[in-house]
Amino acid sequence: MAGHSNYVPQSAAAKWLESRLPVIGLVRGSFVDFPTPKNLNYWWTFGGILFFVLIAQIVTGIVLVMHYTPNTAMAFASVEHIMRDVNFGWLLRYLHANGASMFFIAVFIHMFRGMYYGSYKAPREISWILGVVIFLIMMATAFMGYVLPWGQMSFWGATVITNLFSALPLVGEPIVNWLWGGFAVDNPTLNRFFSLHYLLPFMIFGVVLLHVWAFHTTGNNNPTGINPKTKQDTIPFHPYYTIKDLFAIVVFMILFAYFVFYIPNFLGHADNYIEADPLVTPTHIVPEWYFLPFYAILRAVPDKLGGVILMFGSIAVMFILPWLDTSKVRSGTYRPLFKQFFWIFAAVCVGLGYLGAMPAEGGYVIAARILTAYYFAHFLIILPLLGFLEKPKELPASISEAVLSGGGKPAGAVAAPETK
Amino acid sequence: MAQQDTVEPTRRDFLYIATGAMGAVGTAALAWPFIDQMNPDASALSLASIEVDVSAIEEGQEIKVMWRGKPVFIRNRSAREVEEANAVAISDLPDTNARNANLAADAEATDANRGVEGREALIVMVGVCTHLGCIPLGQSGDFGGWFCPCHGSHYDTAGRIRKGPAPENLLIPPFEFISDNVIQIG
Repeated sequence: MAGHSNYVPQSAAAKWLESRLPVIGLVRGSFVDFPTPKNLNYWWTFGGILFFVLIAQIVTGIVLVMHYTPNTAMAFASVEHIMRDVNFGWLLRYLHANGASMFFIAVFIHMFRGMYYGSYKAPREISWILGVVIFLIMMATAFMGYVLPWGQMSFWGATVITNLFSALPLVGEPIVNWLWGGFAVDNPTLNRFFSLHYLLPFMIFGVVLLHVWAFHTTGNNNPTGINPKTKQDTIPFHPYYTIKDLFAIVVFMILFAYFVFYIPNFLGHADNYIEADPLVTPTHIVPEWYFLPFYAILRAVPDKLGGVILMFGSIAVMFILPWLDTSKVRSGTYRPLFKQFFWIFAAVCVGLGYLGAMPAEGGYVIAARILTAYYFAHFLIILPLLGFLEKPKELPASISEAVLSGGGKPAGAVAAPETK
Repeated sequence: MAQQDTVEPTRRDFLYIATGAMGAVGTAALAWPFIDQMNPDASALSLASIEVDVSAIEEGQEIKVMWRGKPVFIRNRSAREVEEANAVAISDLPDTNARNANLAADAEATDANRGVEGREALIVMVGVCTHLGCIPLGQSGDFGGWFCPCHGSHYDTAGRIRKGPAPENLLIPPFEFISDNVIQIG
């Protein structure tokens, strides 16, 4: 994704190809020779983990489609057919269903990492914005995927979420009927959701390439937030980070496998094993866990349109995050006040997630209102002010200096591993 | 740096803009079928009206029928329920509009405007919460009417929103009596 390769084709075949389509040089420049800050910690492996989960979702999804039927009369039965009759169907479906949750676990960690280390700041604003775009498409994909089994939660989740658009004045009703292809969630809705659920992952894949292209143009951020100054500050992506990422992926797969093989329905809802019934709403509708913080914000507002605006606003505000944070220092490591507010913010997000799962009454609503207010205050008040109020710690002169002063390891080995 | 001379538009300029404008119109015209295909199709529209015999609904009884993929509640309310609904001052209602498709758009949400004309005890409503589309449970909630479990909206015995996030009273669909006992909804 950037011309960092010193690759010179050796064989006649490679020379022939490279002079016509420089794809070997492109891959080597992006994922082999690419100079990467040498101090990336394990929080940086979540990009690779996410790429792995995206591919896993696409592969399991493609084979599930070989057995699934997108029709209201047959969808629920075809999912049970996958679970009972199809060879390894249970495994494929559990991988795909839990894979969605793993995707969100990894993406939330990836986003919080970006927030803590200031990865959204200049010159990486475009990488960050593309990341938020990916997050939005992911949410749409996950939502539509959850509708496909056509259980009670599928149906009523689809009803509630599409009805969010009915809050819009004037155009609300026509938009909702257009989304449904009828006057309620029904077969046309299921069919189009299936079509889009198959399409969107490939769009995610495309935006991921742009996301990588953008931060390979600017260079990776790193835990110190300072730019690499000399060759000593970077190491080639391969083998150092290919191996580190692979190791992290394997560890992540252990967690993934634990869910798939031991508690495959832990993150689901029992109600979704009841076929969709348009005449009966389940008594307690909750979205999938990864939507809970946003759901809590929606319910915190007593006004329908206001709730919808704040819920979408909670994601929209991330688009302008690079311009809300006024601090010149990127990494939270050197920002004593920001660091504390960051962890409060993280706790607020988890708290909202908890409240989203609770019934919308009494103290829960009051708590959700306070946390919602804090969520927005973090972006719109605290981050802009901190840049002026906070006195950052002194930054190290270089990545190498930061590594050497903190580690206590033999100097030579850490300072220049690529020469070993 | 900018060219300051204003030159008369040439025939080439005109052709350039006219071609671009035609292209834009053509693109928009071609986009429309791709957008409109998602709107309710002929088979969905053909289910737009149903006929229901309401004579068998005893006092205090309710039936649910499907209309356009949504439940419609038809309830023969008890005298007490009607009395309770009539006791409420219009000014106490969050939504003072009758939301009755058979009346003028600005009709007030009195019980008479909610119930069937001339048979006030009978009420016909789309059983879909006006908040986010769940189906409210009958004879529950703080006002003895309907209660939506999803986000806690309470409706009274006339299906009017009293408490909770729902913005409007339960909608009353267009319907008419096509004989003494049969109504046509839609």
